Amino acid sequence: MPFINLPLREITCKIVYYGPGLCGKTTNLQYIYAKTSPEARGNMIALATETDRTLFFDFLPLGLGEIRGFKTRFHLYSVPGQVFYDASRKLILRGVDGVVFVADSLRDRLDANLESMENLRVNLAEHGYDLDTIPLVIQYNKRDLPNAMPVEELSRLLNTRKVPEFPAVAVKGEGVFETLKAIAKLVLQKVRSG
Amino acid sequence: MIQQFVIHEEEYRRITAVCDRLTRDANAKSVFLVDKNGQLIASSGATDHIDTTSLASLTAGNIAATGGLARLLGEKEFSILFHEGERDNLHISIVAQKVILVVIFDSRSSLGLVRLRVKKASEELAQVFDEVQRRGDAMGLPSPFAEITDEDIDNLFN
Repeated sequence: MPFINLPLREITCKIVYYGPGLCGKTTNLQYIYAKTSPEARGNMIALATETDRTLFFDFLPLGLGEIRGFKTRFHLYSVPGQVFYDASRKLILRGVDGVVFVADSLRDRLDANLESMENLRVNLAEHGYDLDTIPLVIQYNKRDLPNAMPVEELSRLLNTRKVPEFPAVAVKGEGVFETLKAIAKLVLQKVRSG
Repeated sequence: MIQQFVIHEEEYRRITAVCDRLTRDANAKSVFLVDKNGQLIASSGATDHIDTTSLASLTAGNIAATGGLARLLGEKEFSILFHEGERDNLHISIVAQKVILVVIFDSRSSLGLVRLRVKKASEELAQVFDEVQRRGDAMGLPSPFAEITDEDIDNLFN
């Protein structure tokens, strides 16, 4: 649910990075944090385990500039990908405006991708959202690894809605900002249509 | 149509006035009002040294997690949280099941006083947010962004 503060002329939207464990959700946020000027972003919060696995969520506030005098802010969240953190994952989706599904391109993670997409559908529905209509972008991460599945095959299995999709190597930043721009655009278009 | 949470000038003024009064009456260091999705609505008092965006996000996460625990135990919600520190204490409460009121206070105040003042402020805030809700329902919330173009959006990324 976008939050619009008319006196302060600000709009804030919430984007959630979703996907199976170790697919690169946190890496996306870390790269955005590292490459964004300090004036355009706030502090990044990572609620992680001692082994740096996301425990509750990562959070990165980002200012994208102004649209017609309105400061446009995005709050980026990533969920914990591990299956047993489902209760936390569900909570993070509250009030979401757009979702980035980060898929792991490795062939042996295909089942985890499919399971996570289905889990996203179920958890969105609990908040009254529909995976078939919510602003959604899919990123195929880890394209640099030798046993990565072809993008076409991943797309056929995961992107039945034909939403914008991007190959990525998040650790090197490839595809990270393309993904962010695409979801931000979809969210703002949805805000415009009311 | 997507739901939007729009705060207008008059409501913002009333909300800020309630927060300012609560800060004074409770002898608090600062007061924050946060929506349940983690966005800061208003703040009052000594906020300069605090990362208010992070505070809002973590508070909402805290309330969400506590709400999850409440449901596990068959409770509707735990409406008040209290965290006691060596210097500062945090009193967190849910107002009108919609927004979160955060009060930071130290030894110059007390939990009893904060709870008393929060109760009064919550009633006033609940009234404001009821009106926000009713206005939204009645007007169907026309988006202030209805006029923006694809070009405006593209320009954000240039």
